[in-house]
Amino acid sequence: MIQSFKMAVKSIAGNKFRAFLTMLGIIIGVMALVILVSLVSGATGSVTDSISSLGSDMLTVSISDDKGNPITLQTLEEWMDEAGIGLIAPSAETSATARYEGTSGSVTVYGTTPAYESVNGLSLLLGRFLKFADVDNHTNVAVINETAATELIGYTDCIGEEISLNGVKFTVVGLLEDDEESLTAVFGRGSVVAYIPYTSLMRLSSNVSSQITSFYVSAETDMDTAKNAVTELLMERFDQDDDAFSVSSQDALEDAMGSVTSVLTILLGGIAGISLIVGGIGIMNIMLVTVTERTREIGIRKAIGAGRGVILQQFLLESVVLCMFGCMIGVFLSWVVLRVVSVVVSSLSMSFSLEWNVVLIAVGFCFLIGIVFGLYPANKAAKMAPIDALHYGG
Amino acid sequence: MIDLKNVSRIYRIGSTKVYALNKANLHIDEGEFVSIIGPSGSGKSTLMNIVGCLDTADSGEYLLDDVPIEDYTENELARIRNQKIGFVFQSFNLINKLTAEENVELPLIYQRVGKAERKARVAEALERVDLSKRARHLPSELSGGQQQRVAIARAIVTRPSLILGDEPTGNLDSRTTEEIMGIFHDLHRQGNTIVLITHDQEVAAQASRIVHIRDGKLSEVGV
Repeated sequence: MIQSFKMAVKSIAGNKFRAFLTMLGIIIGVMALVILVSLVSGATGSVTDSISSLGSDMLTVSISDDKGNPITLQTLEEWMDEAGIGLIAPSAETSATARYEGTSGSVTVYGTTPAYESVNGLSLLLGRFLKFADVDNHTNVAVINETAATELIGYTDCIGEEISLNGVKFTVVGLLEDDEESLTAVFGRGSVVAYIPYTSLMRLSSNVSSQITSFYVSAETDMDTAKNAVTELLMERFDQDDDAFSVSSQDALEDAMGSVTSVLTILLGGIAGISLIVGGIGIMNIMLVTVTERTREIGIRKAIGAGRGVILQQFLLESVVLCMFGCMIGVFLSWVVLRVVSVVVSSLSMSFSLEWNVVLIAVGFCFLIGIVFGLYPANKAAKMAPIDALHYGG
Repeated sequence: MIDLKNVSRIYRIGSTKVYALNKANLHIDEGEFVSIIGPSGSGKSTLMNIVGCLDTADSGEYLLDDVPIEDYTENELARIRNQKIGFVFQSFNLINKLTAEENVELPLIYQRVGKAERKARVAEALERVDLSKRARHLPSELSGGQQQRVAIARAIVTRPSLILGDEPTGNLDSRTTEEIMGIFHDLHRQGNTIVLITHDQEVAAQASRIVHIRDGKLSEVGV
């Protein structure tokens, strides 16, 4: 076996350029497979990460028809005591012009309650988040994120500074870490953000009233119980009309994302697999040429005692070695390409690395191709009658 | 050790049958040096193929070491060729990619002889044909006579019961022919059975027994 392996390597090395051309099909096929699948899983990996960093332990509820029975801060307060439900944070959103001394800019203002911090998993860098007292007293305080601080104020150590939102003065009481991974950041939507008490937003924006149309719910124990509890409450309130509201969890989004990517992976993998098979046909072609060229050698080997099995093994091994060598080069080049891509798109906060399970699949597939497409030529060689082979071409 | 009884081999060219061998009988004892001589087309090569187990007869019986050959499968024939027969061909038939050493080693690899023993036996065989110094050369770097000596080394390395030469000197000049024949004589003296197939009278005459072949029929000529 070791001898046959050495012989296979030797005969491949004996014709390097041809071996390279033969392997090219496999190299390209392997690169297509490994790079495409790695790219897809790298890209979806970062998107999925951002989705789950939004908190998969959070339900998003939106009301489209309140049936004359609107939900208020008071209602949410009561619902938080229901079994299965953790915290509830209302959310209303408006766009405002923010000013600080000479600078001004557009900012997305969220009106909410203290629960928001925990429900949405925000992390505070400086100061404090909103307090219940702020909501009760319509206090003009704001918690802003790092981007807002640097773009508007110029520095992040800005607790106590006063900014104006649509002309109303707000005191900055807290600084939030920029959520690089958040869905809004991924989709590139305004990352200049300020959070103010819900009641303050009601005064700031005419579009926001005490009727809450959107809120987030966290679970007390598990998501399913919370979802059932919230749905039950809403059904009760809105005359059993499930078109009046929608309750969605991040899980659903993740599931959808997951099925999209798995379809994409299978599709791209399939296309790459086809190119590998084309490469395999190239191997078969050249192996047939090799067998014909070496008819005499086969005759000699048979005359001095090589049985069918030995010849079969020799040529099969040669085709497998050819495939595996091509596969190795392909994997190496894929690694190089992925590294380059990673560096080029590093600003997108996506990381592309060699997916080892894809590499394993590629290696296995190449091995299979080496055997399948080597079998016919090797068998042709093994079946040659020794005298015919010996007298071939002289 | 070689016993051909009424062996025939028929080739069909179109609708006509050509008897390459026609009820040939031949008996060769162990330790003999026999040459088989005949013009081209006389059935020499066919006889050599059958004796060398490269081909099987259409009718008749061939016993090699008292064992009938007909019933063997292709792989069993390969094993017999490997163990009992050493071939020396007119065109040397060395594998060009392999060095002299590796060519000689090949039959032992097929016999699954261990590496250390292989090395020793290869060295010994090359020593016997006086080519130890050229062990690592490729066939293309050797002269015709040297290549044929490598081929002889390859034939004897398995210690076969029969050394079969198919026009072994056909491609060599007269001086090299003498050299190669000298090696065959040495091998004969050491107790090997040697069968040479040739059309060269001078070469044939050096054997202890000459068998003529013509139109597929064998006839003995007294020594």
